[in-house]
Amino acid sequence: MSADVEPHAKRAGAVPAAPTRKAPGLPLTERLIATPVVLPLLTFAVILVLWEVATRVFAVPSFILPAPSRIIDGFGAVPPARWSAHVWATLRVALLGYLVAIVVSLPIAIGLAKSRLMSRALYPLLVVIQSVPVVAVAPIIIVVLGTDDAPRVVITFMIAFFPLVVSMTTGLMATPPELIELSRSLRAPGYREISQIRLPYAVPYIFSGLKISVTLAVIGAVVAEFVAADVGIGFFIQFSTSMFRLPQAWAGLVVLVAMSLILFQAVSLAQRVFFPWSLPKERR
Amino acid sequence: MPLAPNAIDFNAVGQVFATQSGPLTALDAVNLSIAQHEFVAVLGPSGCGKSTLLRLTAGLMLPSEGQVSVFRHPVTRPRDDVGIVFQQPTLLPWANVLDNVTFPARHKRGRVSALDRDRAAEVIAAVGLKGFEARLPAELSGGMQQRVGIARALFLNPDILLMDEPFSALDALTRDAMGYELLKLWQASPKTVMFITHSIPEAVLLADRVIVMSARPGRIIADLQVPLGRPRDELALRAPEVQDFAAHLRELLIAKEPAL
Repeated sequence: MSADVEPHAKRAGAVPAAPTRKAPGLPLTERLIATPVVLPLLTFAVILVLWEVATRVFAVPSFILPAPSRIIDGFGAVPPARWSAHVWATLRVALLGYLVAIVVSLPIAIGLAKSRLMSRALYPLLVVIQSVPVVAVAPIIIVVLGTDDAPRVVITFMIAFFPLVVSMTTGLMATPPELIELSRSLRAPGYREISQIRLPYAVPYIFSGLKISVTLAVIGAVVAEFVAADVGIGFFIQFSTSMFRLPQAWAGLVVLVAMSLILFQAVSLAQRVFFPWSLPKERR
Repeated sequence: MPLAPNAIDFNAVGQVFATQSGPLTALDAVNLSIAQHEFVAVLGPSGCGKSTLLRLTAGLMLPSEGQVSVFRHPVTRPRDDVGIVFQQPTLLPWANVLDNVTFPARHKRGRVSALDRDRAAEVIAAVGLKGFEARLPAELSGGMQQRVGIARALFLNPDILLMDEPFSALDALTRDAMGYELLKLWQASPKTVMFITHSIPEAVLLADRVIVMSARPGRIIADLQVPLGRPRDELALRAPEVQDFAAHLRELLIAKEPAL
């Protein structure tokens, strides 16, 4: 019996491994594969250089494809205060829409997972809503709700909401049936089946939905700004293009990508910090 | 030994499930009595309704026909005095060993008292996991995880322990060790055990009595006393009459197993 109970005694008693001399001896390609950050950065740098060289050699006009150096200049065309106003406007709408999507999708997902009746009644409707191209509805929503943040938050919500409902519902249904039986055999109140079993079990699923949705929320905010806004990165890109200031528009694009990446990483970080058990072992 | 009252009674129990391809008879006219503190193994091929037997006893489902009683009371809903160990440990991956064992208290009553924690420490020690209270399930071996599953079932100190192929997911060595461990637990604190298995050696090692079932519809085709005293060890298991008994069980199972 003690054989499988004392892994630590075994570990402590083990002879310390000889200092590994593997790393320096490895060929360069192996070492690059072993470091997950270096390789993509290197690829990216190579692409930037090629891009820069190509635009100069072939004298590509900047409204077709500005060189990376021109795009960097584009950042300077607008004062920092203006940049932060744009970033804040987009970020605010994206996060608000995202939050509304989370708050709305959770009870719906619980309903879908718990009640076949609700699932039958609601699910087709949700699919129809998801099938409506949000870009096409955006102008209508703006007309109905006016031109402040509200319509933009609604548009963002509409884009971010569906993956959340699907991932939450899938997660809530992914609980091992034995645990539900255990819950029933204890005659525990139904809400505890949700709060103590189903919801925590759904955490990995919920986070994959949260990650998809946070980047969709940025897209939603930008789409809304395309339709009606006087501030925000989406507005800035549209405005810059209409003025033929393409390097500046590209700079806006870079900011958007950075924003999406940071939000995505923030969600990943939240999962690692608060729910480390929900990650596959090798990523804890 | 004085005649103990029956802990579990099945009276002409039938169970029919509605499936897409029509009704499926899982159990047919099952009569079965299990005495208090008796260790009964239910042996049968897959799909013979062994698990249905267990779920009916647990009050997780109601029979289509007949009646299931626990301590002479018809089972109409889950009872407090029945503990279940599942085939998979099915622990909460976010909760450590202690929190997994006290889960029934937290889940049923919404809180874990100091008394509950004492009781948890007791059962954790009984299953040999003292010192592992703060570990997460992912940090434990399969055998250790199932010990937590057993500790969780013992936590509320049930009179009846229902075990649904609890060791079938373990490797052969761990499985044997867990069998002996379970016997020790059972002898230290006697309980009525219904142990579902499809392993003949396991049934012979553990049980006072072996119920053999046939596949669809699930019927009891034999109800046999194991010709072995207690405590049991490797040596006793090798006795010729025990080997004959195991061979007999095998014949019963093969005769009823549909041709492959």
